[in-house]
Amino acid sequence: MMALLEVKDLQVRVEDREILHGLSLTVNRGEVHAIMGPNGSGKSTLSHVIAGKPGYEVTGGEILFDGQDLLEMEPDERAAKGVFLAFQYPVEIPGVTTWNFLHAALNAQRKARGEAEMSSPAFLKKVREVAKSLNVPQDMLKRGVNVGFSGGEKKRNEVLQMALFEPSLCILDEMDSGLDIDALRIAADGVNALRSPDRAMVVITHYQRLLNYIVPDFVHVMSRGRVVTSGGKELALELEESGYAQFEDA
Amino acid sequence: MNVVLARTESGRAMEGLFTASRDRLPGTARVSEIRRQAFEAYERAGLPHRRIEEWKYTDLRVLMREVRPLAEKPDVSALRRAAAALKPVAIEGAAKLVLVDGVFAAELSDKVPPGASMTTLREALESGAGELLATAATDAMISLNAALATDGLVIEIADGTRLAAPLQIMHIATVASASAFTRSRVRIGNGARVTLVENFVAAEGAKSYQAHDAVLLSLGDQAELTLARLMTDSVDAANVTSAMFDLGAKAKFDLFNVTAGGAVSRYQGFVTLAGEGSELNVNGVNLLNGSQHGDTTLLIDHAVPHCTSREVFRAVIDDRAHSVFQGRIIVRPGAQKTDGKMMTRALLLSDEAEADNKPELEIFADDVTCGHGATAGALDENLLFYLRARGLPERAAQALLIQAFVGEAIEGIADDDLRDVVMAAAERWLEART
Ligand SMILES: Nc1ncnc2c1ncn2[C@@H]1O[C@H](COP(=O)(O)OP(=O)(O)OP(=O)(O)O)[C@@H](O)[C@H]1O
Ligand SMILES: [Mg+2]
Repeated sequence: MMALLEVKDLQVRVEDREILHGLSLTVNRGEVHAIMGPNGSGKSTLSHVIAGKPGYEVTGGEILFDGQDLLEMEPDERAAKGVFLAFQYPVEIPGVTTWNFLHAALNAQRKARGEAEMSSPAFLKKVREVAKSLNVPQDMLKRGVNVGFSGGEKKRNEVLQMALFEPSLCILDEMDSGLDIDALRIAADGVNALRSPDRAMVVITHYQRLLNYIVPDFVHVMSRGRVVTSGGKELALELEESGYAQFEDA
Repeated sequence: MNVVLARTESGRAMEGLFTASRDRLPGTARVSEIRRQAFEAYERAGLPHRRIEEWKYTDLRVLMREVRPLAEKPDVSALRRAAAALKPVAIEGAAKLVLVDGVFAAELSDKVPPGASMTTLREALESGAGELLATAATDAMISLNAALATDGLVIEIADGTRLAAPLQIMHIATVASASAFTRSRVRIGNGARVTLVENFVAAEGAKSYQAHDAVLLSLGDQAELTLARLMTDSVDAANVTSAMFDLGAKAKFDLFNVTAGGAVSRYQGFVTLAGEGSELNVNGVNLLNGSQHGDTTLLIDHAVPHCTSREVFRAVIDDRAHSVFQGRIIVRPGAQKTDGKMMTRALLLSDEAEADNKPELEIFADDVTCGHGATAGALDENLLFYLRARGLPERAAQALLIQAFVGEAIEGIADDDLRDVVMAAAERWLEART
């Protein structure tokens, strides 16, 4: 079976500095991968390059999504094909209501896939259900996208979008940072509810705690722009004990 | 030299235009004399050009080149096309007052509601009301308007009247290569509350026309006016509008101008705060693309103490378009406790888009708070990427952010319906772009 995501020997530069030095990662449908690693090791960079953020220069390697060259696609094409990144730092967009944004985005994705657009009432119903299941208050939907949201609320809004768009590849960049214990559990439940044989997750985190809720099939450690070791879920526990020092000189 | 030659030639053409139009221009002998004087004042200056400070960014000799001859009186076909053109912009419940090619069209207009009265400029001039052609502000284009105005509306709102629905003045062009000269006066009585909407639209078949309008508007003490002006003339047209506003004491005036049409346009407002304790809010939005040139110029004269003025100008400029905002605040000697602020924000959507901004403060009193600020830039890349990462194609993502940018300028419109009408004008522009 073809891998959902295949990152091969990826080299990435930002402003003339190489950040990723030949990174490889294969993710199959149905799998949950965790990526851990020290600050500045390139985790967010990898997630941004997969999502298509401008400003990164890919100088080597490739990324295949369902066998297709992902790097050739515009960010919105990637989203329509099922790539979703829950951002580490979601931006605030004043003047665009969350509700409007979600409706426009969902319909843009559907349109790109050749599906019928969703009417306002149908959308309202769907978004209300999703919001309810994630304990997101309705009035958040009326506010500007992330405007004045607390750190935790922003993260919840990311998970809400993920649940709404039902992507096939979910990349969660530190979704646990800023969430209180209850919120973390609810968000993790939301993520787990999306686990399916057709879908894959890449969970970037610093904390083993999240992986108690979202139990990974594989754990990778990134250091200095590479995956330096990979293992099962027990690797996360070992790291909790030993830290990253052993990989620093790698 | 070339310039001199061009000037002489266009001067001669103008002279001819004025003489030829004489029989189209209503008014008694006294009115004709006032027109002649106004025309002479225009002729001395000619079309404004870049060496005239107030017009330095909008050189009409280059951009407009000449004044087109007066449009013929609208015929049956013109009125039919005008009726079709006003439909999409007519506000439900509003009293429509329609001017087609510079002539009042009674058959397309509604009766004004109780508390308001109306005659046409033509009728008023025929009965000798020459003062309608006079203004305190001096400017060549205002003089030219006085010389050539064919029609307009003369509206009185009685003291204490609260109009439930807006008055909607609609300027509709149906002609090609011709001019409409209109002039209206609106007097709003003490304590009256009015919403006024002005539209400029092109009917099918309208092309390369010119709309020349002048508005003389006065607000009595404690009167409240919300004025929304939506200029969506065709992109090959010219629009030159001069508006003179006088505010009494404790009056409140909210002005929202949207310039989204016209190859060349100038909206120049002259506001005199003549009574203490008044409040003025101006929001100007220029939406320009292609090679459009849109100029919004505002002079606010704080003649008395204790008045507040706020100006927020926003421009969205694409392609090779050029947006101009000029804001001048004068604080007269003794106009203490004046609070006057002006802010300009330009969104540049292409490398060739151009924004000029000229704020001027002339302060002759010492106990005042005045200031201005300006920003210009492209859309925020990070916000764009966030939207695109959620599936919105580039243009759609831009449209959402532009809508938000424009929305900030009009969120101050208290009336929901009116806010929707103004936003719809902006949305039509965005849709045409996408
Ligand atoms: N736009 C940029 N300009 C310059 N350097 C950058 C830029 N973006 C990232 N970097 C650098 O690239 C390296 C990797 O950053 P990245 O954000 O990918 O790390 P991370 O693993 O996500 O860290 P954290 O755990 O703190 O989130 C860092 O050294 C960072 O400073
Ligand atoms: Mg990071």
